[in-house]
Order: sequence, then C-alpha cells, then structure tokens
Amino acid sequence: MAMADNTTSTQRVEQTAGMPTLHKVIFVVLLIGLIALPFFAYPVFAMKVMCFALFAAAFNLLLGFGGLLSLGHAAYFGGASYVAAHAAKVWGLTPELSVLCGAAAAGVLGFAIGSLAIRRQGIYFAMVTLAFAQMVYFVALQAEFTGGEDGIQGVPRGELFGLFSLADNMALYFFVLIVTFGGILFLYRIVHSPFGQVMKAIRENEPRAISLGYDVNRYKLIVFTLSATMAGLAGATKSQVFQLASLTDVHWSMSGEVVLMTLLGGMGTVFGPLIGAGIIVTMQNYLATFGAWVTIIQGVIFVLGVLMFREGIIGVISRWLKKPL
Amino acid sequence: MFELLGIPPQVLLGQLLLGLINGSFYAVLSLGLAVIFGLLNIINFAHGALYMAGAFVAWMLLNYLGIGYWPALILAPLIVGAFGILLERTMLSRLYHLDHLYGLLLTFGLALIIQGLFRNYYGISGLAYQIPDILSGGQNLGFMYLPNYRAWVVIASVLVCFTTWFMIEKTRLGAYLRAATENPTLVGAFGVNVPLMIMLTYGFGVALAGFAGVLAAPIYSVNPTMGEQLIIVVFAVVVIGGMGSIMGAIVTGYMLGIVEGLTRVFYPEGSAVVIFVIMAIVLMIKPEGLFGRPA
Repeated sequence: MAMADNTTSTQRVEQTAGMPTLHKVIFVVLLIGLIALPFFAYPVFAMKVMCFALFAAAFNLLLGFGGLLSLGHAAYFGGASYVAAHAAKVWGLTPELSVLCGAAAAGVLGFAIGSLAIRRQGIYFAMVTLAFAQMVYFVALQAEFTGGEDGIQGVPRGELFGLFSLADNMALYFFVLIVTFGGILFLYRIVHSPFGQVMKAIRENEPRAISLGYDVNRYKLIVFTLSATMAGLAGATKSQVFQLASLTDVHWSMSGEVVLMTLLGGMGTVFGPLIGAGIIVTMQNYLATFGAWVTIIQGVIFVLGVLMFREGIIGVISRWLKKPL
Repeated sequence: MFELLGIPPQVLLGQLLLGLINGSFYAVLSLGLAVIFGLLNIINFAHGALYMAGAFVAWMLLNYLGIGYWPALILAPLIVGAFGILLERTMLSRLYHLDHLYGLLLTFGLALIIQGLFRNYYGISGLAYQIPDILSGGQNLGFMYLPNYRAWVVIASVLVCFTTWFMIEKTRLGAYLRAATENPTLVGAFGVNVPLMIMLTYGFGVALAGFAGVLAAPIYSVNPTMGEQLIIVVFAVVVIGGMGSIMGAIVTGYMLGIVEGLTRVFYPEGSAVVIFVIMAIVLMIKPEGLFGRPA
C-alpha cells in the first residue's frame, strides 16, 4: 500500500538471510547501553521507554511493513495490561505467566477484531479498528474486573518463576529488558523472513499479490494478530512495572500516541519506532507539569510530521547513509 | 395506560426521544463526514473537535459579544467553516497527492491541538449555555412531556439534512459536485474550478459540524471533550451506513440513534456498545455498509 511511500528504494533491497552487520552492531550497542543505563538513569523511566518501544515496534509491524493503519492499538496494549494485572493480583500468577496471559489475551482480541477489520480497506480499516477499540474502552469502563475509573491498583510484582523477587527496581529492570528486547528481536525476525517479504509485497501491490496466488486476507490477519500480541506483551509488561492497569492505556489517545511514535521515528524502519518512543516518553516526562500543553505539542508534532517529515528521523538518516535502518 | 414488555410507555417514549436527539447529531455529523469524504477522500478526524469548537464559538459569542442563540446558529457555523477553509488551504491541500491515510493522521493531530487549546483555556468542567427563551419549557402531550428545545433539535437537524441532500442531489451545483466526486480531472477540464469546490466543500462539511455544536450547546454542557467520544461513535455510524450515499448517511444516523435509545430501555448496560456490535454484524454480513457500494 502506498502508505509507505517514503521508504526509499535502497530500503526495499533487504536481505532475507541473516542480519546485516550494521543492524547487528546497532543491536549489540543498544543492548550494552541498556544494560548500563539503570546505573545512571532512573530505572522506572527506562522501563517505561522500553515498554513503549516494544509497543511502537509492534505497531510498526502492522503499519510500516504491512501497510495497515490501526487506530485502535490501545485496545491490545491496555487490554493486555488489565489481564496481566488481574492475573498477578487475583490469580496470584508469577510475573512471567501474568505477562504471557496478557499477551495471549491481546492476541485473541486482535484475532477477533482483525478478522472483522480486514474486511474493509484503507480509511475504513482505520475507522473500524478505532471503533472496536472504543468498545473495548467502554467494556473496561463498565466491567467488574477492570475496576472502572480506579483501574487495577497495587498489582504485586511477584517472584519470577516463583524464585526471584522482582520487588526491587533493578531486578525488574532486567526482566523488562529481556522481555522487550526479545520482543523487538522477534519482530525483526518476522519482518526479515519469507513471511515478511510477502507482507511487503501485499503492502506495495495488493492486487498483484492476489494474482500471484497469495491468500492476502490470511496474511493480513496473521500480521494483525502478531502485532496485537506483541502490543499486548508491551502493555502487560508495563502493568507489572507500574503495578497498575488503568483506563489511560485503553483510551484512544494511547492509540494516537503509538502512531505518533512510529511516524516520528520513521515508519517502515527497524529502529525508528524505538527512537520515536524514546522521544515521546521523554517529552511527556519533562512536560508533565504543563498539563494540556502535552496534548497540543503532540498534535503539533503530528501535523508537522505529516506535512513535512513523513520519513521520520530514522528514515532521513537511512536515506543519508543509503542503508536500511 | 398499556405497558410494553413491562416497560411503561413514558420511559419507552422518553428514551426514544433521547435516541432521536442523539440520532440527530449522528446524522448531521456523519452527513458532514460523507460530504467531505465524497470529494476529498479523507476522513476528517477533526470533525469532533470542530463540533466542540462550534459549541464554544456560540458560548463565546454570547458571553464576550452578547450575541444570542439565533444569530449564533448562523454565525458559529460560518466561523467554524472559515476556520476549516483555512485548514484546507494551508495544510490538507498539500496532502491530496499522497495516500489518504495521511489526511486522517493530519486531522488527528489537528483534533489534538484544537481540543488541547480549549482545555487549556476553559478547563474540563464545562460551561453552561442557556436555552433561548422562546424554546424553554415544554409540551405535555398526555402520554409524555416533550421539552421544546429537544423538539427543535430534531426539527432543525432534519431541515439541515434535507436541505443538504436537496442541494447535492437536485441542484446544478450539486450535480457539479457529484461529477467531481466521480472524476475531478474531467470536471476540471470542463472549466469547473475543482480546487475551489474542494475548499468550499470542506468548509461546508465542517460548518455542519459547527452547526451541530451550536445545537448541542444548550443540551450538553459546553465542554472540550464533548466531541471526542461522539466522533468515534459517528465513525462507527459511517462504517455501518457506508459513505457512498448522502441519504444513507442521514438515515443511518437517525436509525442508530433510535436503536441506541431502545437498547437503553431494554438492556441499559449494552447501550454504550450497541452501535459497535451492529458495526461488527454489518461487517460480517455486508462489509461495504448498508448503503455503500461494493469496493
């Protein structure tokens, strides 16, 4: 689909076998940086950035590589955070199981909504996903187990595998690092697999992919479900970090934020969503005292991004370097 | 008095009226979206924010300039429409050569800005707007009490919807518009100024949102968040109706308002989600929408 019209031709020449050296180097540097980070920065903030980076990367799988704009990804992010919080608090599950429960629930939800949404294309697809996400929001507002306006508070951090306590921020940080980094590598693997190539073919020219014999709807549904599951993994992890699942995570503005992160960083790039998430979360952190100005600034970034910066930060760098990033 | 399935008729008719009023707003807003979509091929996410702006403009006209409800009913849509034209000229028109999803993202950003600005200056508690004297009070119809203003909302919205439909489907100007929807290049070749038409169409669609905002001001409190929930429901309405037909958008709007009202009587918990459930069913049975053309 033409949504990714900003990807340069150099970016489209991607290898299926093995990871390019440049990407390997970046991932290794990133990992080393993230291992060192909590010794210098506030771990909770760093964990928040990592959760949103995974969320944006999962969203980018759908938009950047699948060419499908979902305006309802908060449903999976927030839905999973409720399920994970419930699992940890009421069922007393260990953190890794709670997080998996959340991701699985998001996957099921994504499959259900996705199978309806792929019946429409383009703008209608975006509206359908938004409308269903709003339905999830109303359910979260009214259902018993979600706690309405209060959300689920005081979620216990528990003990990993029933052995290691995650109550300490440092211990939790490395759990979050493994989950989110693993998730991002998993997404990378999907994009650079034969499946990912077919996905990109569908994005570029759907009628042609159909005429080549690909079951386009099946591919779309799989990528939608995968994206929802990984978004859920991010949301579930976030609920463990903040020990809270609340309406903020299922609100439509959260769906907008993840679009913004991806757009700002560069959709259809590997590292763009991570940078975008880092910038937006940092900005929210510093501007938190200004109240509604955060919304206005986000709106301005949106408008400017769409009008003159559609490639995003990594998109521009990638064009300079003439290498896909 | 008779009872229907154990529901007293006063309750039933009261909720029907409420549903009809919600339906009036759905109809006017989805009509505006459909008019804009027809020519510009974008979904105006800022529609809800501009509806809210319409209500605020009416409030400001009254409180800062002493201009009352009736002039505001004309002035506020004009102001909002002019603002829309400004947006179209400076921003939207730069995106027509791109994927239409960029238009959606741009208007999403605009919605955030507009809503954020009003929230900054007026808070979220909401401002009261008096019902005009001539429409205060109500009629006792024997079986139910009908507030005058609510009756006026229904009448005004039907009038506006009918006028718009008439203009687009039955006049020469409307014929140009429909032709431009089908093939803008060809219509341009016949000497019609298509960019001007696109600009005015966006202004008109947005003015409809502003008009709905003024109508809503005395019923709901004038509030920066009044548009955001509504617009998502209207999106569902548009998906259900399909944006192919003007009449389809209007009829679907009223119909879903009534269905929502009825749900509130028989199964109150479901009233917030009933429209989304209908959307799911429509997507399963007739994905192009009730009045839509197959893609």
